[in-house]
Amino acid sequence: MASRVEILNDGGFRSDGRKQYELRDIIIDLSQQGSADGSVVLSHGLTQVSASVFGPREAKMRSQTLHDRANINVEVTIAPFSMGERRKRSRNDKRVLDFASTIKATFEPAIQTSLYPRSQVDIYINVLQQDGGVLQACINATTLALAAAGIPLLDFVCAVTGGVQSASPLLDLTTLEENDIPHLTVAMMPRTGNITLLTMETRLHVDRFEEIFQLATSAGHVLHREMKAAIKDRTRTLVAAMSVAPKAVGEKDPVYSERMDDS
Amino acid sequence: MVEITIRKRPRAEAVVTQRKFFKKTARGKVIKVLRERYLRNDVGCGIAGCRNCVHAGKITLPSGGSTKSKFFSDGHFVVPDTNVFLAQMDLMESNHFDPPLVLLQTVLEEVRHRSLPLYNRLRAMIKSEDKRIWVFYNEFHSETAVVRVQDETPNDRNDRGIRKAVAWYSSHISLINPTVRGQRPKPKPTVLLLTDDVQNRMKGEKEGIKCSSVVRKYVESLGDNSSQLFDLLSAEGDEIEPTNAQNTTRQALYPEHLPLSTVLAGVRGGHLHQGHFNASQFNYLEGSVSTAAFSRPVLLIGRENMNRAVQGDVVAIEVFDEKDWKAPVDQVIDQEAALKNDDAEDSEDEGEDEMLVQEKKVLQEERATAQTNAVKQPTGRVVGIVKRNWRAYVCHIDSTSLSSSHATSLSQQTVFATPVSRLLPRIRLRTRQAPALIGQKILVTIDRWDATSRYPEGHFVRALGKVESKEAEQESLLLEFDVPYRPFGKAILDCLPPEGDSWVVPPKIPNDPVWRDREDLRDFIICSIDPPGCQDIDDALHARRLPNGNIEAGVHIADVSHFVHPENPMDTEAAARGTTVYLVDKRIDMLPSLLGTNLCSLRPFVERLAFSAIWELTPDAEIVNVRFTKSVIASKCAFTYEEAQVRKDDKKLNDELTEGVRLLNSLAQKLKARRMAAGALNLASPEVKIHLESAESSDPIDVEQKKLLETNSLVEEFMLLANISVAQKIQETFPQTAVLRRHLPPPPTNFEKLQDILLKRKGLTLDVSSSGALAASLDKCEDPELPTFNTLVRILATRCMLSAEYFCSGSVSRDTFGHYGLASPIYTHFTSPIRRYADVMVHRQLAASIGYTSLHATLHSKQHVERSLDVINRRHRMAQMTGRASVEFYVGLALKGKGEKSVVKEEAFVIRTFRNGLGVFVSKLGIEGLVMFKGEPKYDAENYTLTLPSAEHGEVTIAVFDKVTVHIEVEKDRNTQRGKVTMTLVDPPVAHTL
Repeated sequence: MASRVEILNDGGFRSDGRKQYELRDIIIDLSQQGSADGSVVLSHGLTQVSASVFGPREAKMRSQTLHDRANINVEVTIAPFSMGERRKRSRNDKRVLDFASTIKATFEPAIQTSLYPRSQVDIYINVLQQDGGVLQACINATTLALAAAGIPLLDFVCAVTGGVQSASPLLDLTTLEENDIPHLTVAMMPRTGNITLLTMETRLHVDRFEEIFQLATSAGHVLHREMKAAIKDRTRTLVAAMSVAPKAVGEKDPVYSERMDDS
Repeated sequence: MVEITIRKRPRAEAVVTQRKFFKKTARGKVIKVLRERYLRNDVGCGIAGCRNCVHAGKITLPSGGSTKSKFFSDGHFVVPDTNVFLAQMDLMESNHFDPPLVLLQTVLEEVRHRSLPLYNRLRAMIKSEDKRIWVFYNEFHSETAVVRVQDETPNDRNDRGIRKAVAWYSSHISLINPTVRGQRPKPKPTVLLLTDDVQNRMKGEKEGIKCSSVVRKYVESLGDNSSQLFDLLSAEGDEIEPTNAQNTTRQALYPEHLPLSTVLAGVRGGHLHQGHFNASQFNYLEGSVSTAAFSRPVLLIGRENMNRAVQGDVVAIEVFDEKDWKAPVDQVIDQEAALKNDDAEDSEDEGEDEMLVQEKKVLQEERATAQTNAVKQPTGRVVGIVKRNWRAYVCHIDSTSLSSSHATSLSQQTVFATPVSRLLPRIRLRTRQAPALIGQKILVTIDRWDATSRYPEGHFVRALGKVESKEAEQESLLLEFDVPYRPFGKAILDCLPPEGDSWVVPPKIPNDPVWRDREDLRDFIICSIDPPGCQDIDDALHARRLPNGNIEAGVHIADVSHFVHPENPMDTEAAARGTTVYLVDKRIDMLPSLLGTNLCSLRPFVERLAFSAIWELTPDAEIVNVRFTKSVIASKCAFTYEEAQVRKDDKKLNDELTEGVRLLNSLAQKLKARRMAAGALNLASPEVKIHLESAESSDPIDVEQKKLLETNSLVEEFMLLANISVAQKIQETFPQTAVLRRHLPPPPTNFEKLQDILLKRKGLTLDVSSSGALAASLDKCEDPELPTFNTLVRILATRCMLSAEYFCSGSVSRDTFGHYGLASPIYTHFTSPIRRYADVMVHRQLAASIGYTSLHATLHSKQHVERSLDVINRRHRMAQMTGRASVEFYVGLALKGKGEKSVVKEEAFVIRTFRNGLGVFVSKLGIEGLVMFKGEPKYDAENYTLTLPSAEHGEVTIAVFDKVTVHIEVEKDRNTQRGKVTMTLVDPPVAHTL
């Protein structure tokens, strides 16, 4: 009797103990994975996604190369064990392909592709665990992986899901909530405030839209702080590790720290 | 802008903060579900003066608790467990029960899980102002959250959670009131765990919760109010088992039905009986089946014996031995009231649960106290279904069965739909749009009713509109009574004369097909008399003196069969519709309105085709001869009953028309006298008239009883005369297939109860040996103090009778042709072909019998006539019920309108007594209602009295036929929005009215 769970109870608590505007715990692990140029395992609560970025490198297929900019290639795999019900999705599943192209479209305005003509950036995303907000997790993970790979971005892309229960907006929905209430996913670029993605698969009253949209956008800023801190942290450890061998311990790389601070 | 934060969930606590469980889907798949939980420290305790907690919203608990209980002089808070709410909701809801309550989230969720209706009551209670309840979200508080350990049942885990929360509150209270050195320690209120679960209490004591109490003991300790509260204490609350985890095996609630072949063989073999299932209107646990083998209907008592039969189904029943026969129960049992706490989603594991046990108890109690000498009826059980007669039912969604009522919710929910008709069970349906359907009339069909499911399962068909909107109510009425109301299709309209409304009777020239064999009666002084506003005038009359001293009288009926030819689309449609249906503000025509209200309508001053019956009568109204002919007439005037009456009584007028009316009237009086002498019954039915404010708004403003004038009787007598003459004619010509109408004499057993009541209450006897004897004894039923008493008895007597029906003369034996009510040996319907299809058939037969046309082949076939008449009989019955329901709806609206301005009080007669209420009849409004009483009134079934404690002092006894005054209100059911008329007794004043 899954429907017996209240989405938002009279005490203002959601089914998992959060309040309306509280986002789930976010964990960012930027450690190296295999030969990827940048990789991350990101979890929003119980939704877990790993993303690996390769490139920019030469395209495998010549036909895909673009003469004036880099091609972005996004491939998404959804692990069969990621949901309660085991379900294998084939590589050519329409939903998954659609999902991948959504992500590609989201990052096209963010990545400075024109710097790398005739090359390709490969983004491989693995959905390991699903509990609502998969698209949001994929986008955030991609941003982090791209940053870790050193691919020049115009800005971070931060995505958040927002929904509305009756008249109360909720942020960062779980599966339970996504199944019950109308919701949308917003991907925004915190510095410029541009919106690179807005999707909605359920019907939402137009009067409620504005409010949720604003909320999701400001939640993007909160996520941005968290993501930036993680990247900085990672860089700091890398720099520290680099400085162990050739330089004396504790010496800072002046160029790096300066660049990181103003972004 | 709101503050957006990220909740951090410590990794180390994964055991506490994550929950993993397996779930079995409806298809039998097992799914692993992982949920997380964020524990927090900002969950408020709700006690005023607590500085340690952050409180959002109003604090409800006083800092010192309540000192009302004599056990706890230092004050106390009460923490009830789940069972208390499940079993003692009435107590908790009482206004006298007012200790400060801490309602734990664990408890709240368990109640929600177990019974949504109870949960909704609980929520209403939390929101109400006069209760001091604080909901403590213990599952989200880092110090009170518990995790299910290995091998622990969910129930034990919840109990442990409750105990932990109680312990936390106890220690929290010491923090609120710290003992300051040197001061006398402040009194510390106690936190009391209220539970009836022995194990829970024992475990609590082991864990150091000193104060736990049984509900009964606690209520005792409350002192002055306790006596009132004791009444509310439900018996099952004493030391019950711990809440049993829902048993997973699906149990069959009903015996399986026999396969159809076995059933049919059984019916043929004679040990099973077949009949239509009729649910009882007053008691949802009772039904009956009328069978040919027994003179009384066979009684079915209880759910199992009714075995999933729905009103109208053709069922096969097995009758018990005579020693197990029972009498019907004299108690009103309302499904809603009895089952209000039943849960729509329990389908998974409906076992022999409390609800069923309760039902059984109700039934047994009645049996135990039931009068032993009451007349027993054959009793049996349904063993199989011969034919389901399920259709789409008009329902309302029961709002308490919704698990999520937010308008935005898209989740699929299982909810109850309550049919508008009280004869039907609630229907369970799954829908994703439940919240949107609340407050609407919707159409639901039943799909199936499994032996394992207490309620039938159905699906949503469509929404009809808002409750109480005229369109929705009208459409729902038509659907409910299965009235075909679609507009006429093109094929049907193509059958109309191509000239449309410019059609006129062609000029009289030789060899014109219209004029063939038609008499020219255009110069006759013919007039029609109808109710005001009548558009479909299908009869007109004339009378004149003949030179030989006799009188010629004619009845002219619209010649519908001239326009409606057999077996064309219009005819087929009319046959299927059977009759025109009259609602208060709408008419659903049998024929397209061009015919009904124009070409066939015998309007004044225009030439119209007619079928005439012309008699030569002696001045004493003896028939000398009669002839039938097709004719052309031109009505000279269309009177209303009132106008005709005024005209007749106006002595100054002596024109031909007025003379004609007077002549007709004098004949009618003689005809009536002769009919009455022959033993015709003068029956009464409660007919009322609705006054509408204006044609557009159709808001009813008043209700009034229909007045009967002399002219009503004039028209009636001549119509009867025409019908009888025509019946004789067609029966002579077509002895095998004549369309006739009969009214069978009612079996004397039908009158037994009425006779008994009359004898015991009034000392009157009713002789039912023949219609003449009945008519005579009905005339004697007078009460000098109650002038309306006679009408009342007539109404009741009418209800004991069978209804009249059409039949095919070749299908029944000659001696059953008689019409009981009219005391006529033969009868048919000839006079309203515009609005009744049987009359159209009679017209065709009459036309053939006078050699005007040949009879269409279909009217020669007995099967065909029988089949058509079956349909017409059914439609006729439905149309009557629709009309009545429509009037009832408008009476309701009028009452509501009145009720807003002032209290509606009306005189009413008691017509039936029940163990827990009275059936009353309000003659002024023509409605019946129930007055229910709480508690246990003294019921004397033998003398039909009910003795109640009076509001003032002593007792009042109310008997059948007593005049009482009732207060009438129209209220909507809070949950289903189904409007209903509720009546309460005003005079004599009694205590405990419901």
